[in-house]
Amino acid sequence: MSEIKKFMFVNRKAPYGTIYALESLEVVLITAAFDQDVSLAFVDDGVYQLKKGQQTKGIETKNFSPTYRALEDYDVEKLYVMKESLDARGLSEDDMVVPVTVLSGAEMGALMDQQDVVLSF
Amino acid sequence: MKLGIVVNEGPYQHQSSDTAYLFAKAAIAKGHEVWRVFFYHDGVNNSSKLTEPPQDDRHIVNRWSKLAEEHKVDLVVCVAAALRRGIKDENLAQGFRISGLGQLTEAGIKCDRLITFGD
Repeated sequence: MSEIKKFMFVNRKAPYGTIYALESLEVVLITAAFDQDVSLAFVDDGVYQLKKGQQTKGIETKNFSPTYRALEDYDVEKLYVMKESLDARGLSEDDMVVPVTVLSGAEMGALMDQQDVVLSF
Repeated sequence: MKLGIVVNEGPYQHQSSDTAYLFAKAAIAKGHEVWRVFFYHDGVNNSSKLTEPPQDDRHIVNRWSKLAEEHKVDLVVCVAAALRRGIKDENLAQGFRISGLGQLTEAGIKCDRLITFGD
């Protein structure tokens, strides 16, 4: 499968409470293994997925946030976080577990427009 | 057009499986090809042959099976998501198959459009 497409995974939900974020990350890793051009967008409550200092012991759920730090090993280095979503939640780039590019909603929209495949979770 | 469909929600609980099905039927009627439907998250529950809705309700699972049979639609259930939720080959309805997430990526690569149904 030599064709390379631009895949964007849009993460919109908090990391816990529903399984969307965890299962989204599983598709990201597989798609990267297919040597596709992968980028990740974090918007709305999705920005919480990258929040530093997650502690999940109390809800007896696995803390999967260290996986985001492993994305580099899969050559997934394009992580975009929407500024308005950070601002609305009192977060900043410094709160993120990995290096990210902060974009405005308009910039994020323009980037989505350039993708071949957008999967939203 | 060659279309891929992703269903992320379970049957009956949520509209998205119904909408995905109706979309698939409408697309086929217009002459498009629905190459694959990939069931992910709670969407894997669309494939259980143990599903028994009341008689006066639509049978979502059988409806997918019929679509697969009549139009050669490839119905793929994500193995990791399925095992988490108790879906295995032994309770898989006709026309569905269990496979890996790579099948979702492949649909993204091979189809002209990949359409997601879910929250």
